[in-house]
Amino acid sequence: MTTERTAEWAERAVAEAEAATDHESGRMSPEEQVLKRIERARRRAPKIRESRITLAHGAGGKATHSLIEGLFVAAFRNPTLEALDDAAVLSVGTGRLAFTTDSYVVSPLFFPGGDIGDLAVNGTVNDLAVSGARPLYLSAGFILEEGFPVADLRRITASMAAAAARAGVQVVTGDTKVVQRGKADGCYINTAGVGVLERPVSLGMAHIRPGDAIVVSGPIGDHGVTVMLARGELDIAADLASDTAALPGLVDVLLDAAPGVRLLRDATRGGVATILNEVAQAAQVAVVVDESAVPVRSAVTGACELLGIDPLYVACEGRLVAVVDGAQAEVAVAALRGHPLGDGAAVIGRVAADPPGMVLLRTAFGGTRVVDMLVGDPLPRIC
Amino acid sequence: MCLGIPGEIVEIKAGRDDLAIVDVVGVRRAINIGLLGADRIDIGDWVLVHVGFAMSKIDEAEAAATLALLTGLGQAYTDELQALAESDIS
Amino acid sequence: MRFVDEYRDADKAQALATQIAALCEPGRQYKFMEVCGGHTHTIYKHGIEDYLPENVSLVHGPGCPVCVIPMGRVDDAIAIAHEPGVIMTSFGDMMRVPGGNGSFLDAKAAGADIRMVYSPLDALKIARTNPDRRVVFMAIGFETTSPSTAMTVLRAAAEGIDNFSVFCNHVTILPAIKAILDSPDLRLDGFLGPGHVSTVIGCRPYEFIARDHGKPLVCAGFEPLDLLQSVFMLLKQLTEGRCEVENQYTRVVPWEGNLRALEAIGQVMQLRPYFEWRGLGFISHSALRMRDEYATYDAEQIFEVPGVRVADPKACQCGEVLKGVLKPWECKVFGTACTPETPIGTCMVSSEGACAAYYNFGRFTRQRLTEAARA
Repeated sequence: MTTERTAEWAERAVAEAEAATDHESGRMSPEEQVLKRIERARRRAPKIRESRITLAHGAGGKATHSLIEGLFVAAFRNPTLEALDDAAVLSVGTGRLAFTTDSYVVSPLFFPGGDIGDLAVNGTVNDLAVSGARPLYLSAGFILEEGFPVADLRRITASMAAAAARAGVQVVTGDTKVVQRGKADGCYINTAGVGVLERPVSLGMAHIRPGDAIVVSGPIGDHGVTVMLARGELDIAADLASDTAALPGLVDVLLDAAPGVRLLRDATRGGVATILNEVAQAAQVAVVVDESAVPVRSAVTGACELLGIDPLYVACEGRLVAVVDGAQAEVAVAALRGHPLGDGAAVIGRVAADPPGMVLLRTAFGGTRVVDMLVGDPLPRIC
Repeated sequence: MCLGIPGEIVEIKAGRDDLAIVDVVGVRRAINIGLLGADRIDIGDWVLVHVGFAMSKIDEAEAAATLALLTGLGQAYTDELQALAESDIS
Repeated sequence: MRFVDEYRDADKAQALATQIAALCEPGRQYKFMEVCGGHTHTIYKHGIEDYLPENVSLVHGPGCPVCVIPMGRVDDAIAIAHEPGVIMTSFGDMMRVPGGNGSFLDAKAAGADIRMVYSPLDALKIARTNPDRRVVFMAIGFETTSPSTAMTVLRAAAEGIDNFSVFCNHVTILPAIKAILDSPDLRLDGFLGPGHVSTVIGCRPYEFIARDHGKPLVCAGFEPLDLLQSVFMLLKQLTEGRCEVENQYTRVVPWEGNLRALEAIGQVMQLRPYFEWRGLGFISHSALRMRDEYATYDAEQIFEVPGVRVADPKACQCGEVLKGVLKPWECKVFGTACTPETPIGTCMVSSEGACAAYYNFGRFTRQRLTEAARA
């Protein structure tokens, strides 16, 4: 190594930080000053630092949040969007509609338990269902790569049709684009969905309070691990299938049984941990999870141990996370267990007042740890 | 620094004595067992897997001894609690 | 999971915690360094510190192979990745490690073909199935991982695969421990030895630590009870006035190590005269390079590597934090220029790094967290 240079970005960051140091907090101890500095930095509006989009921006964690809040919300700002719920709730005439959209880019297109077609219907239907709406209509937009086998497309549309029938929705409009070979990965699908809010329930972060229970509707991480293994790159085999499913029926039995449901989410990318962090931050509460109560299939545990990832961050495509009035937790779980999609339901934790904004895990070993939001995807690790 | 997971050897590849299939609670992967050298590996043996290689054969007797020691420490603790409880009564 | 679940038993942990507390002299502070990043991960993942008395603290050591990779080496790897026809492969750990010009993820976004693999053998497989591409494996890791790289190179040679090479960044743990021991302001009472490295090198190489430096070392396993038992064994040595190398992880670690693995390393790789460690600076004989006999598998020989050293900003004090001399918040750039989103120093790179952990959770005392979780 003959030459030496400096990392420009790092030197710039040091210089900027020095210039911004305030000298007002003279009476605080040095440690308090540092902690105050961190608090300020955390509250600063998220900013995209990268000059290019990386995969982390699509992973649902901190990088995605900085992209959404720093770029998209900033550009399109309005009160409906700013709620950043799974679906927008719109008043139309005397009724209320829920409206949502989602794009599907899964690889491989076909995997044990489902394919991109099921996902494209179930994912959008679930975003409507967890908003408390009855899903009615979907749009379907296809971006196809030149050369894509028609037989595969037929298979995908057949599973979309079957999934739509199961979910009680109709695909009523659509679009097709074909791009040159190499410009897409076979088939991408975008769906948008409309549903109607018929129940008098009001779901949202604002209703969450200490004492509430955290419920999941079944074992977590099946979908994410199944797809990761189905890619074949890891050469790992397991008897697992995606949990992809339409959840409106399950939401119905839950809301019928437990009017004290405060919030529903489907635990897709970023997994249960990401949702709980969103809850803790938005409601300014603590969420305390009991690790031994979290349902995880043994093959998911095995794959996660082998790859060094945490199932709490792995995506599901047919699992609800519900925040429920603590007094109704048992009723809620019983109702979920009475439905075929919820037979693995369990209370996994509770909402507490302190420390606000944090998700804590009481580990099976009897210790405590903080469950933070990830920056990007959970990556397999060797150390 | 190094993630190592115990796995059970469920198959040794015919014609490739350095290749085996391990099972980690129902999850299977082919691994290289060429680093185990002199240790004879049989189906049913447990090995420590790191980045697709078996690094060492798990010694079941030593594993049992460690657990026995941990249980012994636990027993000493339980005895102490009991002794304390009894002394309170008397 | 067998050999895992038994060592995660909360009742046994409670019993051990009582024994540990009984061994501690009131008023005395005990500081033990867990050398290995995997141990740091276990401590964090299971919340082991909840079982330790307040006067026993664990100091996170230099054993995280991605955290110690200097920025210049990341830049070199990215330069190779941008060469025509190259597929760069590495472990998932490498993807977010920042260099002077961004990380692998950034380079991938800029068009480089960078793929994540679980095993170096998977990188070789990519070479086998892509004969018209040049496949490079960015090798990282300590002695646990270097035998796998060596075996993969031997396999490539045996099969005559000539489009595969290794960008070798394997490091060795003993010189790093020595660098820490030689620090004049070191305040440590003992070491938790890296169990998985020891499957390869055995326990004997640690003897100088006890003999010449007067610090006990217990070679520790990776389940939470393994670590608690190892802390117990260290405290017992201190109490009884002993200073030895002991092996807690006997089910996996043979005292003499794995000779076959050491042979494989020696056959394919040799010591570099020196290597830069992020945060610790240049350390003599602390890393491996490919032997000249395997030059055709050595990415440093095949490709034009810039080899430009990227200096850590002067204000960065990771070395002191790593040695346990400074607390994270005492570093000048902590929390301002250096944050988990834009890590400048090695301790902020991985989420278990001392600084990253403190940044995220330091504002809540452990006691407050534990009380909240148990309430």
